[in-house]
Amino acid sequence: MIDKRVASLTDAVAGIEDGATVLVGGFGNSGIPVELVHALLDEGARDLTLVTNNAGSGESDVAALLREHRVRKIICSYPRSSGSIWFEERYRAGEIELELVPQGTLSERMRAAGAGLGGFFTPAGADSLLAEGKEVRVINGRRHVFEEPLHGDVALIKARSADRWGNLVYSTAARNFGPTMATAAALTVVQVREFVELGDLDPESIVTPGIFVDRVVQVEAS
Amino acid sequence: MSGPRLPLSDMARRVARDIPSGAYVNLGIGMPTLVGDVVSPEKEIVYHSENGILGMGPAPAPGEGDPELINAGKQPVTLVPGGSFFHHTDSFMMMRGGHIDVTVLGGFQVSEKGDLANWATDEVGHPPAVGGAMDLAVGAKRVLVLMTHTTKDGRPKILPACTFPLTAAAVVDRIYTELAVIDVGADGLVVREMVAGLGRDELQARTAARLAFADDVVELHPGAI
Repeated sequence: MIDKRVASLTDAVAGIEDGATVLVGGFGNSGIPVELVHALLDEGARDLTLVTNNAGSGESDVAALLREHRVRKIICSYPRSSGSIWFEERYRAGEIELELVPQGTLSERMRAAGAGLGGFFTPAGADSLLAEGKEVRVINGRRHVFEEPLHGDVALIKARSADRWGNLVYSTAARNFGPTMATAAALTVVQVREFVELGDLDPESIVTPGIFVDRVVQVEAS
Repeated sequence: MSGPRLPLSDMARRVARDIPSGAYVNLGIGMPTLVGDVVSPEKEIVYHSENGILGMGPAPAPGEGDPELINAGKQPVTLVPGGSFFHHTDSFMMMRGGHIDVTVLGGFQVSEKGDLANWATDEVGHPPAVGGAMDLAVGAKRVLVLMTHTTKDGRPKILPACTFPLTAAAVVDRIYTELAVIDVGADGLVVREMVAGLGRDELQARTAARLAFADDVVELHPGAI
């Protein structure tokens, strides 16, 4: 029997190794898998590369990983949010490497990874500093920059409901990076508000089919 | 700065007039969000938010709403009937792929060729951040820039070439400031409208790029837009 449900947050993040590349869902405070990130903090993996849109704020989730010196590198589109004090602190100290990526490129690089593609050319950023050192090609009269796929060892994401096969539906704008990240990681771990019976999710409305999901844990108050 | 100028609310109203009914529109963070408040209610506009919303509605009543239903500026919003949610990759397909009819963006600098600089300045000490600015600037069918004509200390922001790092080259269609409405054409900048009481030489003095003037420059009257 296929059953991707795990009993605890500890089980959900078990085996994440030092040096892992971890995709973390969320945009601002929407859709962040807060409890999974805290479980990763407790699990103890170090020297992580985080792929995430923002760099955390306050003391919670991604900011806590930064505070506790678990992060070597962050691949991010918008790290300068209000309250991103731990990112700023670690960045100024030269302790953390930043790879800045336009937001659509960040998402599309993960899509390419999940889709088994070797990268793509995009006009976004082709005339900017962010294209430095990358191949630029004129396509249909317009400059495009080559971007490589971005694979994760692990994805940590949040959804609303899952069944035991790992089929997922999300909640409003908290969906954001979840469906793409789920496809791009070797191990996709999802926290959901509720488990439902197999067959209860409308097949026409399943957003992430369970093939992309490895572990699901319930966190009711999320 | 002394002299005639449009208040911010008039600048937003002026931009709103150029957004046609039926348009799919993305409003950038900051000044551009004001445009949504002053679009005529007779127009049916579908607002897009980069984090995965079409049919974004106004802020919910205090204490109501879904804390995870936020806009690109991370503020709580609502969904109008007919609205939809989708994931980030689809959202940026809409932006980059030419499906958004109009975007209104803020700007640090715009060049006479329509180059836009709106993501990084020359200040040091802050980590860089880009977000969705580049995808939106290259992808939207019409790129409107709403910004002050000069910096706080009076330096021109409309230049022969941007000195700040570029967001995208040759993308801006029209610039709206407290002084004028300026089109970016194949042969450079053309002033279409000017605040009443401002001389052409005064406008040029506050603009580093060379301005041409339309044959029928329209006067903009503060409080009457």
